[in-house]
Amino acid sequence: MIHRIRRLHDFDWPLLGMVLLMSGISVLEIYSATLHTKFVGFDKMQVLWILAGLGAMFFMAVVDYHWLVDAIHWFYGAAVLSLGAVLVAGQRIMGARRWIRLPGGIHFQPSEWVKLVLIVAMARYIAGLSGREMTWKDVFKAILLIAFPMVLVLKQPDMGTALTYSPILFAGLFLGGIGWKKGLILVLVSTSLVAGIWRSGKILKPYQKARLTSFMNPGADPRGSGYQILQSKIAVGDGGVFGRGATKGSQTQGDFLPIPYTDFIFAAFAEEHGFVGCIFVLLLYFLILMRLIHNAQIAPDLPGTLVVMGVVATLTFEIAVNVGMVVGLMPVTGIPLPLMSYGGSSVLFTFLALGMVMNVRMSRFVN
Amino acid sequence: MLKDDKIPTRRLTVSQFVIVAILLALTFGLWRLQIVGAQNYHALAEANRIRKVPILAPRGEIFDRDGRLIVTNYQSVSCYLARDQKSDLNPDLPLIAQGLNMTVGQIKEIIRHYRWTPSYEPIPLKQDITPNEQQFIAAHSDELPELETIREWRRLYPKNGFLSAAIGYVGQVSESMLNNPRFAYYQPGDVVGESGVEESYDPILRGVDGAREILVNSRGQEMGVLGTVPAKPGKNLRLTIDLDIQRAAENAMGNRDGAVIALDPHTGGILALVSRPTFNPNDFAVRISSKEWTSLVTNPDHPLMDKAIQATSAPGSTFKLIVAVAGLQTGVAQNLKVDCKGGAYFYGHWFGCDRAHGEMNISSAIQESCDTYFYTLAQKLGIDTIANWAHKFGIGERTGVDLPGEVAGTMPSTAWKMKTFHQKWYPGETISVGIGQGAVAVTPIQLARAIGGIASGGVLKRPHIVFSSELTPEYRRYMRMEYPGSGNKVVHFSRQTWETVTDAMAAVTQEPGGTAYTSKLQGIDFAGKTGTAQVISHDFGSNSVSDVMAQRPNAWFVGVAPRRNPDIVVVVFWQHGGWGTDVAHIAAQVIDAYVSKQRRLDHNLLANQPGSNAGKGANETSKVDVGAIWSDPEHPKSLGGRPLDPQAAKDSSVAALYAGHFWLKIPKLPKP
Repeated sequence: MIHRIRRLHDFDWPLLGMVLLMSGISVLEIYSATLHTKFVGFDKMQVLWILAGLGAMFFMAVVDYHWLVDAIHWFYGAAVLSLGAVLVAGQRIMGARRWIRLPGGIHFQPSEWVKLVLIVAMARYIAGLSGREMTWKDVFKAILLIAFPMVLVLKQPDMGTALTYSPILFAGLFLGGIGWKKGLILVLVSTSLVAGIWRSGKILKPYQKARLTSFMNPGADPRGSGYQILQSKIAVGDGGVFGRGATKGSQTQGDFLPIPYTDFIFAAFAEEHGFVGCIFVLLLYFLILMRLIHNAQIAPDLPGTLVVMGVVATLTFEIAVNVGMVVGLMPVTGIPLPLMSYGGSSVLFTFLALGMVMNVRMSRFVN
Repeated sequence: MLKDDKIPTRRLTVSQFVIVAILLALTFGLWRLQIVGAQNYHALAEANRIRKVPILAPRGEIFDRDGRLIVTNYQSVSCYLARDQKSDLNPDLPLIAQGLNMTVGQIKEIIRHYRWTPSYEPIPLKQDITPNEQQFIAAHSDELPELETIREWRRLYPKNGFLSAAIGYVGQVSESMLNNPRFAYYQPGDVVGESGVEESYDPILRGVDGAREILVNSRGQEMGVLGTVPAKPGKNLRLTIDLDIQRAAENAMGNRDGAVIALDPHTGGILALVSRPTFNPNDFAVRISSKEWTSLVTNPDHPLMDKAIQATSAPGSTFKLIVAVAGLQTGVAQNLKVDCKGGAYFYGHWFGCDRAHGEMNISSAIQESCDTYFYTLAQKLGIDTIANWAHKFGIGERTGVDLPGEVAGTMPSTAWKMKTFHQKWYPGETISVGIGQGAVAVTPIQLARAIGGIASGGVLKRPHIVFSSELTPEYRRYMRMEYPGSGNKVVHFSRQTWETVTDAMAAVTQEPGGTAYTSKLQGIDFAGKTGTAQVISHDFGSNSVSDVMAQRPNAWFVGVAPRRNPDIVVVVFWQHGGWGTDVAHIAAQVIDAYVSKQRRLDHNLLANQPGSNAGKGANETSKVDVGAIWSDPEHPKSLGGRPLDPQAAKDSSVAALYAGHFWLKIPKLPKP
């Protein structure tokens, strides 16, 4: 352990710099978006979460990820158990059981942490195939690995978080070398499956369906599920090229924008800093993701690459879905924007995931 | 793990392109909104922030016939609590309670009461707060941002329920009213007249609300003002009420349960209207507590009822005037003489009189209110002749007065009994109808119009409380449709009948032996008729007063002055008051007030037109030095005088007061 800490010069300092820059933007925007609400002061809370996240990241960086990979079945079991516990004994908040209440008033949302477990579990599974061509059996095992916890989360019901598990599966299958033919069949089958679920109307709750369709025509129900999309689009459009200025967005400050410090923080940022600010943030995301892929490329072994790419896939998916929702290209799913949205679970997950990336990077000269 | 595991380099590169594609798609989304649609979305964002907030139009003021103010408005400030301003209000409650002169318990009760309303909606904490309380809120705006003040126009009514039954009160339009097509133009939250003149003339009084364009956030909190469309105040209304007579009637009635109504029989204009017990309409102008409301509604004395038009009772002996007209017109009464032995047998039943009056004719029977005479007369006339004449005088029918909730009353007849009870009329029932008992039920206003009509030689006018000349023709038609009744009519009867009945009425108050001789007015031709109605059914009142009181008869008195073609008719109705003799003095006081006022005005008239009046005294004048204070904002200088407050004279918005001295030539009064 000590010799690993000494190799902190192998730590990815540029990545850390970009992440901290993004976190700074996040804190400033949370400050602006909560200025005139009862959530004022959440920016300071976010700083504390980020500090806690940094601590978690350094801890994650020094624990050898090989140990994690080797012991992942225990973690996987614990993850499934905790998801089951949520369903049985979870706190019901806004009609969904997502939280377990721990002693000391802490609310714990296991579905976020399960993502980390799934990333490592998928990496171990794919690496275990040791490079051979994937058979249908291998593919189904991989699907089962993700689908089982996914169904448990869907039961809560938390469609958003459940969806964030899917990129781990896609990345795993893709990088595990699934053949083009199998991939195409898989895409066709899953598409028709989704269509079937939609048509049957049994698995998706009506509000979920409404949310999923309202982004296409938000004007149809401007007071209901379309309201959030509409207000978000107005906020983004109101920003124009250069934005209305920090703390000056009328949509954000006037409380028209729903939850402008979490799910819709990018809309708040877009209104106050305009197209120029948004391109800067997207560019920063691009650089962070490219840096991560770079780390995947220089990873010492396949599990390392797969772990880093699992993180990349998850982050990319969350960015795409969240920003897509904010600009009206995607439905409202309640997925936070990594490194921007306020919230302990989201911040800690992201920093722990980045900690794993650092871990992989720092192991490259170790034999 | 093995180091030579195959690393999928090619697929990593593909991943990079996928990421670039995704970010480009997002950039396209941003471009679409922020570059292409910027102007459009900017306009939408602006529209989001602007909201029209109504400015409530002040209701029209109400004046008496001489232009004296009765009902006005005042700007009141209400305190609202914005619960979403702070996460925990409890620590502030003691300070708020202290500043607003409330208790913490009261505030908590209000918050509890509104706990299901959305938290962004401010809840009314205290209405009509005092200047000190306003100052408290302003001074603590930093510590207590949750306190908001809102300006509203409120109705200011006369104190102590003066004229309250006629004026009525206002309240917020209710759910059930909004479903009524009559209230099609009303919005939830509108203030609407709920009784009296406030209700019947609501379309005139209410005015048109204006609007203020304000900047708000999505919780509706005001952040600035953009523009204002001023409210159009409601039109003022001049009532036929004469405050001097009203005051006399209110004072004379005191705390007695019942009603007083004074009409001008020439026009039907209501000069005074009193209903007892009364309520304070100012309690309604500010939100009334549910406890007070319950006590008003469940009070067995019915304080919210306008008893002048809504209470019905047997008219008692006042009805004898109508029976007398019927008897004289059918030629029966002229020669009818009855020896009253304190009652008589009819159809095997003893019908009593209050004493043995001896030999009675129609005039003395009216003067002394002999029941035996009228039993006999009614028996000779039969019920349908009596009912026919009663209907001509509007008994058992609404008068069509322009006040809401008028009641028709009942005039029994054979047809009525068959229709209502499917029973034959028994001749024995006619006997008690002859003295205004039995099923006969009248309202005070009905009786005032009927007796006023008899004294006016058969001319009956639709009673009204607002000068119809002040209304548009459409509104007059609307009122006639909304408030149907017998309206204006002429009943033909002979001059002899007229003189016989009115002279007998004069004898009631002016000659010894008359039932109201004790209420004789010196120098005033005051005529009338007492009535004492036995209370058979206890429709109301049985719980309010002791059983002894509840069984006491209703006392009536109807008075006119002068006896023929009267200028005023007054009906006094005292529930469970006892004998009609006991209320005659109330009518006498009202008539005295009226006549005194007319004499005062007439003397002024004489002074202006010396010599115009016939009579010796009128030409003898003397000079009198009169000091006066007056306001005349339009022609301050025409009368001379000097402004009392020079500052006010310059400010045209304030009616300046002027003072001066005059020499008036007034005729020497003939010695009484």
